[in-house]
Parts: sequence; C-alpha cells; structure tokens
Amino acid sequence: MSLSKDQVQHIAMLARLELSEEEYAESVKKLSKIVDFVDHLSEADTEGVVPMAHPLDVAQRLRSDAVIEADERDRYQQNASSVSGGLYLVPKVIE
Amino acid sequence: MMDTHSKSMTELTAGLEKGEFTSVELTAGLLERVEAHDEKLNAFVTVTADAALDAARAADAARAAGNVGVLNGLPIVHKDIFCTRGVKTTCGSKMLDNFISPYDATVVERLAAAGAVVLGKANMDEFAMGSSNETSFYGPVSNPWNLECTPGGSSGGSAAAVAARLAPAATGTDTGGSIRQPAALTGTVGIKPTYGRVSRYGMIAFASSLDQAGVIARTAEDAARVLGVMAGFDERDSTSIDHPVPDYVAGIGESIKGLKVGIVRQHFDEGLDAACGERVKEAIAVIESLGAEAVEVDLPNIDYSVPTYYVVAPAECSSNLSRFDGVRFGHRAEDFEDLRDLYCRSRGEGFGDEVKRRIMTGTYVLSAGYYDAYYLKAQQVRHLIADDFKKAFADVDVIAGPTAPTPAFRLGEKVDDPITMYLNDIYTIGANLAGLPAMSVPCGFVDGLPVGLHLVGHHFEEQTLLRFAHQYQQVTDWHTACPEAFA
Repeated sequence: MSLSKDQVQHIAMLARLELSEEEYAESVKKLSKIVDFVDHLSEADTEGVVPMAHPLDVAQRLRSDAVIEADERDRYQQNASSVSGGLYLVPKVIE
Repeated sequence: MMDTHSKSMTELTAGLEKGEFTSVELTAGLLERVEAHDEKLNAFVTVTADAALDAARAADAARAAGNVGVLNGLPIVHKDIFCTRGVKTTCGSKMLDNFISPYDATVVERLAAAGAVVLGKANMDEFAMGSSNETSFYGPVSNPWNLECTPGGSSGGSAAAVAARLAPAATGTDTGGSIRQPAALTGTVGIKPTYGRVSRYGMIAFASSLDQAGVIARTAEDAARVLGVMAGFDERDSTSIDHPVPDYVAGIGESIKGLKVGIVRQHFDEGLDAACGERVKEAIAVIESLGAEAVEVDLPNIDYSVPTYYVVAPAECSSNLSRFDGVRFGHRAEDFEDLRDLYCRSRGEGFGDEVKRRIMTGTYVLSAGYYDAYYLKAQQVRHLIADDFKKAFADVDVIAGPTAPTPAFRLGEKVDDPITMYLNDIYTIGANLAGLPAMSVPCGFVDGLPVGLHLVGHHFEEQTLLRFAHQYQQVTDWHTACPEAFA
C-alpha cells in the first residue's frame, strides 16, 4: 500500500515533526515500503489470540506513595534551554 | 606491562592480584590505545580520561586496603545510551548533544560499585535505531576487521572497542539484536539477558517492552563476570524482575553433555549467506562433539518476527520519544512561532532520518483506523511467536543458529534501503519479542570477517547460554583472533 503525501503530512503533524520538502518526498517512498513490509502480518491467523503487551507473564508492581527522591530541581534544570524562577519557559499559549 | 590490552578480565584480575601491574598502568595503557586508534574507528563519543585515572587510583587504593569489588580496577566502556552523572550522554543524537546527565543509570552505578573503571562512552546508532552504526549523529563506526565495513549496530562502538582491544568489555543494549549482531560482525561475545533481568533505569528508552541491557566482551567468562554485576532486581525499574541471580562464573565450567540443542530449519534458508551457514554448522558440530544432542525444532511463526517487530518497536518508540520536546532537556530550535512550532522544529532539527522514520511508522500504526490492523495484530502475532518458543523449550535447552545473515557489509551499502537493513536482525528479533536471553559467540571467519553463532535460552537461563559458550571456547580459539591493525 502506498501512502500519500497528505497522509505523511498528517502523521508528521501527529508526531510533531517538521520535515523539509525533500524529507516528505523521501518519507512517502520509504514509509510506503515499510507499511508494505509489515502488511505481511495480515496473513497470520490470529483468531482468538490474546494480544501480548509484555514479554513475561507478570503484573505491574506497585510501590507505596512515599517521597523517595531528594528535590534537585536546580540541578535538573541545568539541561533546559530556558528557565526562570524554577519554571520552564515556553511560548505563550493563552492570550 | 606486556600486552595487557589483549588479556581477558580473568587474566587481568590475576595480574592485578599478583601486583604485575596496577589499574592505573592498565587504564593509562588502554587510554593511550584509544588515543592512537580511535581516529580510525570512531568508537568513542566521549573519552573520560581524567575520571578513568581517578577511578583506577581509587581501585588500586581499595586493593591495597583489601577491599576488592568483583571488577576492581578493570576498564570498561559504556554505550552512550546509559546516563552517567556529570558526563555528556548523547544516545548518538543531535537531540542530546548538549545533555549532561544529572544521574547515573543503575547499570553504571552497579559497575562502578564493583570497581570497574569507565574509559568513556561508546558511539551507537541514534537512539539505538540501526544495524550499522551509520545513523549516529557522530558518524559511523568502522569495523576493526576491515575499516570500510560496518561493525553492526546499534552497539557498534561498544563492539568495535572490544574487538580492537581498546577495552576488555563494554555495555550494550539490545532491542532487536543490537548487542548480538555487532558482536557477530566484530568477532566478540555479546549477551542480551532475559527481559527484566537488568535494570532499565537510566537507560534511554527506545522500545520499553523489548529493550534489555547486556555485555560485549571477548570471552564468555568475562561476559558472565560483568553480567553478574549488572543483573538483579531494581525497584526503580517497574519491569525489573525479582529473581535470584546465580553465580554465572561458577556455572560455566560444567559440561554440556546430554543437553539438547534445537536447530530451526528456517534459520538456514536462502536468506543466509552460504559460507556463514557452513561456519555455524561447523560450530554446532563442535557442540555435538562435546556431548550435546542436536534436534530439529519448529518455530512456525518465526517468519513474522521482523514485521511484528517493525510495528511494536516503532509504536513504543513514537511514545517514548515524545518526551523530547525542546523544553526540559535536549535540543531546542532557535526560531519558532508558537508552542507547537517549538515542538515541531526542535524535533525536526534534533532527530535524524531513521529516528524520524521510526517515530512516523509508530505514529501511523497507532493512529485512528490503523491500530487494530497493525498494532493489535502485531501484539497477537507476538504472542504466537512467544508460544512457539515456549513449546520448543519444553524439548531443548538452547536453540542454536546464525546470529546474522551475512558477515559485516560495507559502510553505505544498505543505508538507502530500510527493509534490507531491517533484515539484518532476522535471526535475533524473536528473542526480544519473547523476552528470552540470547547471545552471539565468534565461530569462524568468511573472507577475513567474523561470523557469530547465535544461542537462545529459556527465560532466566543465561547461565545455560554462558555455559555452552564457555565450553565451546574451551575447544576453539576464534575468540582469541585479533584484527591485525590492532594487535
């Protein structure tokens, strides 16, 4: 199955990826190939098979809701491009 | 101080104990080799020379005080996917080119506590997505056996460093074959343990239900030694399994007489290079000569493993990599109009082609209208594949076959065709889908390039794999072969 440029633009928007014109052209070609390839899965008989989300048959472990980490905000924020007063700065979202 | 670089960790430990050399001497010697050779290989993203010498001094002092960890004073390299406090941790991406990790991964912490000395951070495919190390923002790594060939990927820097005798062992991670395929292509030993065996805390996530950390070394015994330190329960990883860790080194000496080796017919089909197939069959004959019995096993759904993987892994990747938003850490675009534009540009600039492709594939298979046909279907097929393995392991102790379909290929050869590249992992992906431990062991050469024997075990049977590999290495010497330029 071939993907259209519109479809690829929609996917890129959902994935929050800005692509150049050349990248779109390349993505239409290569993603179509990948989709063709994974389409082979439709040949497998999976009637009544339970989907497998985890490789081992275990339940999610719970822990008590207790503070176990020290507050190191200032150190963690050294990796951010734009912070002020302990907050991360982004463009204004509400006028 | 003769030739310490080609010694195994077992031999190095003996030398350190006898006082033949110190960890500082050993570390300085390997750092000199990195300096001399890495320009050709590009195996390192970061060399932490000062910190390594400090750690070596501390290890020598600890030894003098009689306080010795299992890996005391032994140099290692970390794949640059493991967060290391105060050190640049890039995951091979422009996105994290400016990221200084504020904490240590559990793997890093445990190896340091055992006395290991970290020489630096190894190059890798961007976010571990690749089979040739060519997707790295820092450029491809060369194979020590032929500099025009790939060392495999994604743990290509780790494998090349160990093969070129720049370190006796390195950490790696394996989501679809990223430890075992580079191990095969560089003539090293690589083990990916059972899913949940080693903590994923601080290991930058690609596909969380498949990712596992492991080791690349030159002998099965060294791999056992390092894995024993890395393995074990960690409450900081919610999928870590609380299961006792056996003494892997103690277990490897036992004979494999009477054990059963399963052979999968499809693994020797036309997809496999004929000469590689011969090497693998010879290796299986050696294993039979040690008293193990080879029997045919059937994995009827194994041909679906690569397409299943290329739905499940990209789906998980698209979710995991949504954290890179240009806000809290990582690359941030300089120009943007609004918040969405900040996200789109930061991600568009920060991620390379293959990573974008996987994120988009994953976004597509999870999107409205396609979820059932792709994602749910792949999870169902994953169950069929896992059940096939379960049935097979009712009758056999290990499954043996080739690790990769060909020896190392030329850099640039497959870079334009994602499907051909993805098929490199055709024999390794099944173990990730089923969460099984698996390893690659050097088993000969084709045209001067190494070939790997792939061994898969049942859940938590790492010791059985290591035992097979060690017994095989007792009667073969492929693992001692050294690429001429790095002798």
